Amino acid sequence: MFEVKQYDAVVIGVSAGGLAALGEILPQLDKRIPVPIFIVQHVSPDSDNFMPTHFDSHCHVSVKEGEDKEPPEKGTVYFAPPNYHLLVELEKTLALSVEERVNYSRPSVDVLFDTAAEAYGDKLIGIILTGANSDGALGLRKIKQFGGLTIVQSPETAEADSMPRAAIEATDVDHLLPLSEIGVFLNSLLMDKGA
Amino acid sequence: MNQEPEQIENERLEIKLLLEAIYLKYGYDFRNYACAHTKRRLEHRLNVDSMENYSAMQHRLIHDEAFFNTLLLDLSINVTEMFRDPWVYSKVRELVVPHLKTYPFIKIWHAGCSAGQEVYSMGILLEEEGIKERSQIYATDFNELILQKAKQGIYPMDVIREYTANYQKSGGKQSFSDYYTADYDNVVIKQSLKDKVLFSSHNLVTDGVFGEMNLIFCRNVLIYFDRELQNRVFNLFYESLCPGGFLCLGSKESLRFSSVADKFEVVSGREKIYRKKR
Repeated sequence: MFEVKQYDAVVIGVSAGGLAALGEILPQLDKRIPVPIFIVQHVSPDSDNFMPTHFDSHCHVSVKEGEDKEPPEKGTVYFAPPNYHLLVELEKTLALSVEERVNYSRPSVDVLFDTAAEAYGDKLIGIILTGANSDGALGLRKIKQFGGLTIVQSPETAEADSMPRAAIEATDVDHLLPLSEIGVFLNSLLMDKGA
Repeated sequence: MNQEPEQIENERLEIKLLLEAIYLKYGYDFRNYACAHTKRRLEHRLNVDSMENYSAMQHRLIHDEAFFNTLLLDLSINVTEMFRDPWVYSKVRELVVPHLKTYPFIKIWHAGCSAGQEVYSMGILLEEEGIKERSQIYATDFNELILQKAKQGIYPMDVIREYTANYQKSGGKQSFSDYYTADYDNVVIKQSLKDKVLFSSHNLVTDGVFGEMNLIFCRNVLIYFDRELQNRVFNLFYESLCPGGFLCLGSKESLRFSSVADKFEVVSGREKIYRKKR
């Protein structure tokens, strides 16, 4: 019998071109989506919480900034705060840190992916979107090693293609998807599991 | 290929034993630090020194104090800036300084002062507000090496541009270059600022109350502690403040869910400035 695999969380790493890319994906997500979604979007250290506020009013799911020690809830999107790394503890609560920049970035995609891979193991979906650096490539590889599902935005649909290309080079990714299909894909993958 | 969850569990057990070994041998207590963060710091050292596993690391730190000191630096976060989060300093000028001005003598504690950047920022602020001469700043950290750096007050020239921008955004009233002298690739904080600061070793995890403070600054330290340890430290701060004293935490830290929440009033939510109720 065909067994539908269950996933417990989604992590997304995105840099240059992120506002438009996330603006395509996040509003498509079903509000009953049964997992939390964690996002590292590279932003300048002194930016405000525009992104979570903006998306919260344009999406079916709720969107907020991740807080230290917060237990994540399904149907909710958590952004890493500007100038803080976002981590996931093994108990699946969120944690923040101001340790050194990783890949010149704080928040860094690798830090989120690395800790989420350990916390969620093969129940994790990792997604790399548009960006002009290589942050997230190692993190995505770790998600794959731990049995999670890896998705990369197809470089030709990315505003900046180096981040997707670096991820593809580092990992044998499971799905290369055009930007327009990622939201729908997540819905079908995650919403069908009771069927 | 799936990594066995058992491997993660085993690693976690090894790390627990390693932290226990640090505590038993050297007295530094990292047992209630946030795990994911601690593991990343230890993993960094594991990779840099190409060690087999955390048990090997444990063996080495017990027998090799120099190695332990390196590890101690790895485990302390020393990333900060002068006037980090400039808007916090402008709020302190606006909402806290008017109260400080009513005291004949002002005591300020920077807990977890790292290399001193935020300590000297406070010194500058006090000077510009005309209350520096009747203030005493106490700056503490558990890491002796970092305390030495803080005392020296020497920072690389290439970060000064960033510090200057922060200073200006914070409502600075002078030229930032008035507060240091340039020395080749470094700047040295001027002596009259250093003179207002008493640096000493203090561990928030294991040490006690620091008396009758008017203002406590402790920013981006508590995010590394678990809830239990956070509550211990919040109590320590409560006991160390005079009635009506102020507490300033990091932008993403909060008293909201702590055991002392109802003993403080919120002075400024975004800047995380609190005041001990009288």
